[in-house]
This record gives sequence, structure tokens and C-alpha cells, in this order.
Amino acid sequence: MSITNESIHGLSHRLANKEVTSVEATGQFLERIKAVDETVNAYITVADDHAIAQAQEADRRLSSGTNITPLTGVPVSVKDIFCTKEIRTTCGSKMLENFIPPYDATLITKLKAAGAVILGKNNMDEFAMGSSTENSAYSPTLNPWSTAHVPGGSSGGSAASVAADECAASIGTDTGGSIRQPASCCGVVGLKPTYGRVSRFGMIAFASSLDQAGPLTKDVEDAAILLNVMAGHDPADSTSIDAPVPDYTASLKEGVKGLKIGIPKEYFIEGIDPEVDVAVKSAIEVLKEAGAEIVEVSLPHTAYAVSVYYLVATAEASSNLARYDGVKYGMRLDPTGNLTDMYRATREAGFGAEVKRRIMLGTYSLSAGYYDAYYKKASQVRTLISNDFNAAFTKCDVIVTPTAPSPAFKVGERTEDPLTMYLSDIFTISCNLAGIPGISLPCGLSKEGLPIGLQILGRSLDEETVLRAAYAYETATEWHKARPKL
Amino acid sequence: MSYETVIGLEIHVQLATETKLFCGCSTEFGAEPNTQVCPVCLGMPGVLPVLNRRAVEFALRTATALDCTINTRSVFSRKNYFYPDLPKGYQISQFTEPVAEHGHLDIETSEGTKRIGITRIHMEEDAGKLLHGEGAEEDSYSFADLNRACVPLIEIVSEPDIRSAEEAVAYMKAMRDIVVYTGVCDGNMEHGSFRCDANVSIRPVGREKFGTRAELKNINSFKFVKDAIEYEEQRQADLLDEGGTVVQETRLFDSAKGITVSMRSKEEAHDYRYFDEPDLLPLVVPGAMLEEVKATMPELPRAKRDRFVSEYSIPEYDAGVLTATRALADYYEAVVKETKEPKASSNWVMGEVLRVLKEENRDITDCPLEPKRLAELVTMVKGGKINSNMAKEVFEEIYKSGKTAAEVVEAKGMTQISDEGELVSQIDSIIAANPDEAERFRGGEVKLQGFFVGQIMKATRGQANPQIVNKLLKERLKG
Repeated sequence: MSITNESIHGLSHRLANKEVTSVEATGQFLERIKAVDETVNAYITVADDHAIAQAQEADRRLSSGTNITPLTGVPVSVKDIFCTKEIRTTCGSKMLENFIPPYDATLITKLKAAGAVILGKNNMDEFAMGSSTENSAYSPTLNPWSTAHVPGGSSGGSAASVAADECAASIGTDTGGSIRQPASCCGVVGLKPTYGRVSRFGMIAFASSLDQAGPLTKDVEDAAILLNVMAGHDPADSTSIDAPVPDYTASLKEGVKGLKIGIPKEYFIEGIDPEVDVAVKSAIEVLKEAGAEIVEVSLPHTAYAVSVYYLVATAEASSNLARYDGVKYGMRLDPTGNLTDMYRATREAGFGAEVKRRIMLGTYSLSAGYYDAYYKKASQVRTLISNDFNAAFTKCDVIVTPTAPSPAFKVGERTEDPLTMYLSDIFTISCNLAGIPGISLPCGLSKEGLPIGLQILGRSLDEETVLRAAYAYETATEWHKARPKL
Repeated sequence: MSYETVIGLEIHVQLATETKLFCGCSTEFGAEPNTQVCPVCLGMPGVLPVLNRRAVEFALRTATALDCTINTRSVFSRKNYFYPDLPKGYQISQFTEPVAEHGHLDIETSEGTKRIGITRIHMEEDAGKLLHGEGAEEDSYSFADLNRACVPLIEIVSEPDIRSAEEAVAYMKAMRDIVVYTGVCDGNMEHGSFRCDANVSIRPVGREKFGTRAELKNINSFKFVKDAIEYEEQRQADLLDEGGTVVQETRLFDSAKGITVSMRSKEEAHDYRYFDEPDLLPLVVPGAMLEEVKATMPELPRAKRDRFVSEYSIPEYDAGVLTATRALADYYEAVVKETKEPKASSNWVMGEVLRVLKEENRDITDCPLEPKRLAELVTMVKGGKINSNMAKEVFEEIYKSGKTAAEVVEAKGMTQISDEGELVSQIDSIIAANPDEAERFRGGEVKLQGFFVGQIMKATRGQANPQIVNKLLKERLKG
């Protein structure tokens, strides 16, 4: 019996019924990784031994019948941005090629406590900077639907591993769309929770005020199950929100009758791929038929979002990445024994081109004489963008948009053109700037057979409504059941 | 030309918290290198800071002591620069919105009391320490000890109100008294717990406009602050007198040579690229916390000194010595409470107690003689039970042994003889035994009184009350 195409809730059910053990399930996923990952390259590190040990422990829990959660014994993968004790954590960078953290990220601790089996660490754009996973120092991940195409990024390895059945689900991070955009490209569900809903402790920082971890799953119910485990206040993360965590699966099936769905006119613009336009508009019709009320809303500062993002995120990144200096851990090149030369050689060799580009951009926007015009101005416009959402949410409960302006693009197509690459995130970035939750779920396939994603945004801390709307759409359609022929 | 010096001090105070500013590592001084570190203070990937509540309390306490306006909302910022003792590549500090502003500190100068303005107080983390290898150029390494990294500091920035090295020293001393008194700092300057940078400029006497300043870095003793400022005044004066100009720069004080040397010019100054620390929320001080800090503020040195003079009527000098530390002042007050003899108590504490502590290189906080036992001794002397010579012997004994004065006096049979009848018979037998001396005394050789007193003391093993002996001797010798 093959279980690699199972959802978390499907597999959990089989584990509970003793149809399969966690060790068997883990074995099957490890086999599947062996079979397809040479092609997909969704993993940087596969942690076989750790995974099998965790599966054995999960089986003991399952047979004793105590301390069982919906994740107990379920094999998942995590983006290589989460520090894992004793398992190397590269963040997609040569800089951390041999970095083995002495601690687990809070999220990893929570997954382990729930009994999940961690199969390994997913490929990603270096330091989460990119929209195609081509910026990985460990070769690009390819899209399981078409290996000529990128899987999106930066959580491309996570999304691809879910789409290619190399895990039951994965955890990624989203700074400007890095969960939702690859989810859209790979035809899976990707949820970015409210900023502060999930602890950032042990998650390697790219842009601290925007980074947020979230699930990539085979369906909406799985996203709710994972969020139940992930969410909550962490004393080790001062920016995590101390608010009660609801059971996100409880209200999932309540439908969208009477729900007001906002359609922002600024998101249906020229330049959007016609197939995407059609798919999203018909998705809106599906929601309407399910009982939702469709209202037009306006998010007038949308046009500035990409600019604001690339000032705020790069400024924070330039500071966050200063610690990779060759002194304490990670790569060190010391050609002359002179301090400045050591810094220069280490950072020159350790960072890839995109990371260097963003460090330079961020350093510039924080510099004396430019700060007011760039970083400060961007922070002010960020507030305006946030206010746009607050105003819109007085008229609607959720906002529906395309996740990305096009389906997955071709490998190599945009690597020489950073600006076009940056526009891949045009619909996802505002959500991070405002700190609100957003989900992407499959809503169609292009003529080329590539997935198209529907994005649903909600009020701060209102993941429940976002998930409920997504679930209603999913149950009314079959898109989530489509699988790549790998 | 004659110049006036203008000085502003930036004092760095290490807060005496048990743990670091953003993690749970110990702040204790002197441990093996890199033994008091964790992923957070090592700046490992993915870690986040969590603010130490106690450090905030200490900052508020200092701000209150300096009459500052406390900003109930302040913001942490990142100060970005590369250096191997700075694990994250940035220091978490406060920049645009510090925890407190607009305070002042009164100091004593040769011209009386002077008020020095405090511009601001901000909280920040310390950096680690570099140890440089001694080897030849190519095989010498530098080593980073990060035990000190992330230890909490406050920086207290003064207005440019200080006009001389002497005032700077007085300001620094008064500030140190305050932070030690309020318990926020151990005041240990050798360990770097209390250190300063000095901004020094000069201007022709009578001119309003400030001259160009030099910033003198990392001065960690009162003597060095004086030497560094005096050297710098002269250096700048010589420059101007020769028709030169002072350039804005950072200079290091070389304490061995007593000179300041240029470290970097204004052009070479870092661009720290400050921005709000996204890993910490703005610090909002709850009203209850502020009230608690105010309610538990100890009496400050100046107020205590003034109170000692007025309440106990002891000389200002005594009050100054006794209030040098809070522990000593507490000790003195505990003694007075028992004896109700402020001046006698002051004499004992300032005399014997401080002498023996100094000999043993001990602090008043670990004085083995409790105030209560000292008080008993003071009371016995005042009541004439023992004389002062005996009292000194008793003091040594009770200091060392833990016994009470009464026990020692009893055991040694030291009780003073003040009974006139008993003394008269002693005196009479001494006179009888020394007829020649008695005769010479009567013949006008009055200095022989001392001889008789000595003989009587010897006979009574020192227990005779000397005042009564003197009085009785005169009567009996007249014969």
C-alpha cells in the first residue's frame, strides 16, 4: 500500500487504524525521495537516521495510545532555514555549508513534541532571497509538474517536496510571498499566518519584521492541522503574539454563506497572465455560488508595495546577515591574516550574487544621507499599505486575489533580470507588509499543465476565516486532487 | 590666550544584574573565556533577544535618581558595525527614543555646588573582549572572549556643562556614588563596570560658541579622566596658540604615557546605519513598575549626608565619611539607634571600625562585628563602665571573637572601679609606699601626678576610673 500521496489527516487516520506504522510510512517517503529527488532536488539534507528514530518513537506512542496528536508519526519536511539540533542547517548558502546548530528552532521543538517525523531539510533560495529557488547554493529545485519550470521560491523545496509526494507536508517561511508563490507554482496549499502568530526563534532571519513560518500542504485541512501545532506565543520571541490559539480545524467546514469577499481592483491589472485572470475570476464565481457576497474594495497604495518591500526587507537583511563574518561559525576564508581581508574574502565567497545585491541595497537605504529618503519613507508608506487593508476589512471579511501574476516561469528565464523576478511577488508582498494572514490554494491548470494559485487574505489573527473560505472553495472544486506526473 | 574648557561626559554603567540584557547567561566577572555564552549572545543564526526586566528597573532607578524625565515608551535600535567582539554585527542600543532624558546631577566644586545637566540615559548591550596574541606578525592571532557580550549597560550622557578636569572628576565620583548607592552597579572601575568617554573642547574666555571637540575614549579611573582632560586642554590650547585648528576626531587616552592619540577622524567615523530593532517591541514601561521603582528608591548620598548633619548633629566631615557607601551609612545608623550617642558612635565607626577593616582589606558589608555589639561597647564607655584604653582592647576582642563586650569585660575582670571608698584605700597605700615622691609632689613637682596615676592603674590592672583617680589623688596628696 502506497501512502506517499496521503494528506496528513489521511495518513494520521491510517496510522491510528494500524494500517501502516510510522516506520513503514517513513521508509516509503525515504524511498520516494531516493527515487525522485535527483530530479526535483527538493532536499538539501535528508536526515534518514533521525527520521527513523523519530518514527520508532512515534510508533511507541501510537501503540501505547498515549500522547497522540494528528501529527504523531507523520513524516514532514522543513525548509532548511529552521535550525535543527545536530542536523546541518545551510539556509541555502555556502556560508553555512557545515553549520550544525546546537539548538532546535521553537517550531522544530513543537513538531517533535507533537510526534512528527522530520525527513529532512528543504532546498530554498539562499537566505530566502528569491522567487524561484534558483538562488540556492545547492542547485535549483525543479517544478515537479514540469522540470523545465521553477517551483517558485524561496520555499521552492518545501512546495516541490509536497507536490512530488516526498513528504506528507512541509514547513516554509514567507517574507514577501515565499510560501504562497511556490505553493501556487507547485499546486499545493501554502499558508502565511499573521506576523507573530508562529515563533521565529531558531528561524534564520532574512527580514525580521516580515518573516513568518507557515505550512505547505496537500489540502486546506492539513494547513489547519499544522497551524494548530505551530501557532502560539513563545517567550523566546518578543514579537510573537500572546493571544489564544483557536482550534483551526473546528470552524473549517462552516461554509462561506454570508461571508463578504473583497475583490481589490488594483490586483486585476494589465500584465496579468490571461489564464490566471480567468482561473481566479471563475474561482470568485465558485465562492459566490457557495453563498459568499462579492464586494469591490480598494487598496490604493498597492503600486508602492514592491518598492517598499525591497527597501524594508533589504535594510533588515543587510543587518541580519552581518553576523556571517567568519569569526564564530560557518565559512571562514583568511587569506592574509588581516581582519578586513578575512571579512571580505569570507563574505565574497560565502554569499551568492542575489544576497550580495540585497545587502548592498539595504546598506545603501540605511546610510546617512539616504535614510530619510529611502528606509524612513518606505516605513511610512508601509503604514499606509497597512491602513489600506484595515479600511478594506471594514467592508469585507476576506480579500481574494491571484497569488502570482503567472504560472511558474521557466528555469533561467528571469535570473538575469532581478526586477522582473521581483515582480513575481507583486500580489503577495502587501500581505507581509501589513502583517496579515494569507493562503494560496490551487484554482486551475494552465494549458501547459502548470498550476495556478488563488490567494485569500484575512484580518490580522483571523486565520480561521481565511481557512474556512479556502476550505469552502477546495470542497467545491477538484484542483487540489490534481497531481504532477513525475 | 586664555581658554575655557568645555566638557561633556558619556558614562557607561554596567548594570549589576545576574543575567545578560537579552539572554539568561551569567554576567559574573572573571570566568574562563567563552564559558558564559549561549546561542543568543553568540549571535548564532535564528536567535532572538528577550529583554531583561531587571535591567529596565535599574535604568529607571538611575533615571529617577538623576531627576530625569522617564519616557514610558522607548525604542531599541540596531547600531551596525563590523568587529570581531560584536557577535551579531550590530549592537542593540537605543537611539532616537531613549529610556530617559533631561535630568541633572549636583556636584561639589571648589566654588560650591554646581548643577550638571543630563541629556539622556539609554540602555544597550556591551560587546565582548579581544585578546591579542603575542606571537610574531604572521602567527599572532587575536582571540575573542564573548563572556561580556550582551552584558547590560546604561550610557549616561551629560550636557556640555563641565568646565574643568576637577569638575569632571567630581561629576564622575558623584555619579558613581549614585549608581552604587541605588544598587544598579558594583562601581568596579578596574573591571570596567564604570567607565567614561569625554568630549573635550576649548574656547577663548568670554566666547559663546563651542570649539571643535575631541572625543576621548574609554577612561576607567578618576585619575585618568583628570590626566586625559588636562592633557587634552593643553594640546588644544597649544594648537590654537600656534595658529592651528582642532579637528573633530576620536582620541584614545594612553594612560602609560599620559597622552591622547588620534584614533579616527570625523571622516573615518562609522556610519552606524541605525534603525529600529525589529526583534524587540518598543519598551513600554507599565505605570505600576514606575511606581514601584519610585517607592523603593533608596535615599541618595547627598540627601543622606545632609540628614546626618541635621539629625545627628555630627560634623559635615563625619557625615561625608559615613555616607561614602550605603552599607557604611546603614551600619552607622544601626549603631546610633542603640547608643543614642551620634558623635561617640561616629568616632568609633570612623576610627576603630574603618581602621581594622582597612587593615584586613575588608568591606563594611562583611564586617564581623555587628552594629549591635559595637553599640554595647560604646554605651559601656559612655556610662563609665570601662575606660577608653580598655575599650580598645575589648574592641579587638569582640571584633575577633563574636563575644559581647559585657562577656569580655566580665571574663577579663575589666569592670572599671569608680567606687571612691575602694579607690581611696588604694591611693592611700600607694602614697604610703612612695613617701619620697609624695614629698616632692607636695613641694611643687606636680608632674608626679602622672607617676601616681600610673602606679594606681598598675595596682588595679587598669580598672580604676582615671577621672575619679585624678580627683581623689589631688585630695589625698594634699595630705
